[in-house]
Amino acid sequence: MEHNFIFDLVGNNIWAYLITATIPLIFVTLYALVAILGELKIASWVQDRLGPMRTGWKGVLQPLAEVVKLLQKEDITPKNVNKPLFNVSPFVMFTGSFAAFAVIPYSSKFIPADINVGLFYVFAVSSFAVIGILMGGWSSNNKYSMLGGIRSAAQMISYEIPMALSILAIAAMANSLSITEIIKSQDGGIWNWFIFGGPGPIWKIAFFPFIIILFLVYFIGSLAETNRTPFDIPEGESEIVGGYHTEYSGMKFAMFFFAEYANMYVVSALVTIMFLGGWNSPFGDFLNGPIWQFFWFISKAMFFVFIQIWLRWTLPRVRVDQLMYITWKVMLPFAFIAFMGIAFWAMLNPTIIK
Amino acid sequence: MTEKREIEIDYGQVHTERMRLNVGPQHPSTHGVLRLEVELEGEIVTDVIPHIGYLHRCFEKYCENCTYVQVVPYIDRLDYISSMSNEIPYALGIEKLLDINVSERIQAIRTILAELNRIASHQIAVATFGMDAGAFTPFLYLFRDREMILDVFERLSGGRLLYNYIRPGGLMKDIYPTFVSDALAIVKQVRETNQEVQRLLIDNKIFIERSINVGIMPPDIAINFACSGPTLRGSGVNYDVRRAEPYLLYDKFDFEVCVGKGLMGTLGDSYDRNIVRMWEMEESCKIIEQAVKFIPDASEDVRASIPKKITPKGEIYTKAENPKGELGFYIVGDGKNKPVRIKGRSPSFVNLSVLPYISRGYMIADLIIILGSIDIVLGEIDR
Repeated sequence: MEHNFIFDLVGNNIWAYLITATIPLIFVTLYALVAILGELKIASWVQDRLGPMRTGWKGVLQPLAEVVKLLQKEDITPKNVNKPLFNVSPFVMFTGSFAAFAVIPYSSKFIPADINVGLFYVFAVSSFAVIGILMGGWSSNNKYSMLGGIRSAAQMISYEIPMALSILAIAAMANSLSITEIIKSQDGGIWNWFIFGGPGPIWKIAFFPFIIILFLVYFIGSLAETNRTPFDIPEGESEIVGGYHTEYSGMKFAMFFFAEYANMYVVSALVTIMFLGGWNSPFGDFLNGPIWQFFWFISKAMFFVFIQIWLRWTLPRVRVDQLMYITWKVMLPFAFIAFMGIAFWAMLNPTIIK
Repeated sequence: MTEKREIEIDYGQVHTERMRLNVGPQHPSTHGVLRLEVELEGEIVTDVIPHIGYLHRCFEKYCENCTYVQVVPYIDRLDYISSMSNEIPYALGIEKLLDINVSERIQAIRTILAELNRIASHQIAVATFGMDAGAFTPFLYLFRDREMILDVFERLSGGRLLYNYIRPGGLMKDIYPTFVSDALAIVKQVRETNQEVQRLLIDNKIFIERSINVGIMPPDIAINFACSGPTLRGSGVNYDVRRAEPYLLYDKFDFEVCVGKGLMGTLGDSYDRNIVRMWEMEESCKIIEQAVKFIPDASEDVRASIPKKITPKGEIYTKAENPKGELGFYIVGDGKNKPVRIKGRSPSFVNLSVLPYISRGYMIADLIIILGSIDIVLGEIDR
């Protein structure tokens, strides 16, 4: 429990566990509000318009207004749907995203669950979303929903393979699957982050191309994993209306929405953990206290959330066959090659404790 | 990967069946109230049947009960995003029947308005085509610029969508003093934004991959279906009513008829149809720049040659190059103040008929792209 300050404060009892479980829930709620506002404001910035301006100062209360609107809306369950699956699907989806928050750290003093296979755990639970989308798509009894659900299943399963390879490479570099260990092996300034090859002698620059490839493969894969543009074909509003959530309304739709934003943070946090040194300050020990670590981690993760939003309003959408082409014929071979390169680097690197 | 091909899968003992899907009339990408009955094999479109008529307003029958001037507002409502251009062939037809000669100044103003409207219409076409591909931002850039054109039209006619400005024999009223400088400011802004859209959307690798080799329409198919406008020229056929049978002042201007060249993929694919529209916007800018020189500074009564009584006798077919294609009106008059028959030949209707033939074998996402590249307006199809 060395990484959880709650236990230092209240002792090792049931309250400590409850508080530890509640903090991520509060965080994800606050984050979703910020991200929705960010999405609206970044979209308006990209598109040369003002965005919401009427709710509060410069429209900062807009996300709250949207949440209230979704709560008030009638919760429609269409006729002839498979009711149990239809009702449970948004919650399965959100469970999948939220479960990943259990191991996402905030600072070296607060990791909700510091398990030794953290990376593997995140990867496992984030696949949960596929079931949610497939359930929602199939049970809606709508052809558009079904197309969206099936597209999504094909897409997410395919993109997990190159992503798994990049996670494997990181595990090789850090010699661990524990998120704490991965972050700790990147301390000591920006030059020791895994995007720059991790700690090691100067000839690690020979392996930079492999790491950049892995980084890109992971980030592109995570875009597909979260169904964000340019891989938002399961939603594809111009083709299949709303995709798997065509028939959802009110709070159930909000759960899908919420899960998407939560997922965005999860993949961004993973990029931060795996490539950008997690909570480590870029200046070594300077500004590296627990509060500063929280700042660094959130900033890095939000930067990638910002990139995802930015891409969404810039790029068109790819087609289903092109999507499959990208993952199986481009990303997978590159990920293999990069993984081989990283494996060499991990073998030759003298700083890794064997 | 992208070429059209037969899908052969050994299904074994699995029972499969084709799915019938109704795309529309309340679908976000059917550009109005078009219903497409699509037969799908997985994601592959095996058949498309367009169902039209949700916006039918009995245009032709109405016209028989209106005087000739009262017909003009109805013509506005055909292709409601290029109303100004719609009025031109009708006005020309009546003028020819009545043997009225309008002054060069009025003709120059009409030409500028037609070209401004062509830019506005092509902006919507390119914008919605991008949106069909999933790019939302260029849509708003182009709509922002379209506002400038609509502002000019509003100052001229009082309306932003339906103008009723070009009358048989003249114009509703004279242009306002800064009209010419406004038109030139629009030209400057359109060029600027088009460069931006070119960088952001047209040259985007994903967008190119989405639109090339999709919905290939060979020139002979395009001609056989009587397609017109950018849909025809995208297939490489050099036919433009402005060049082939010049009206207004088009024979005095130096402009190029843009045809598709199969730049990225095959000749006549969706990319070609779209890029022709981008090029035509530039050509329209050139025409406007030349046409403003035909407007003398001196003011003139634009209603001088409007006849007091419009009672033509005889029949005539007039056509003009509208943004969507060749818009024609067949007008029959019997010497009374109401037409006996007005038949509209609307380009969107003709162009839409080719959709089933060029979209079989592609994916459902491509069907939306193809529909967007044909650029239809339902008001004109259903009339």
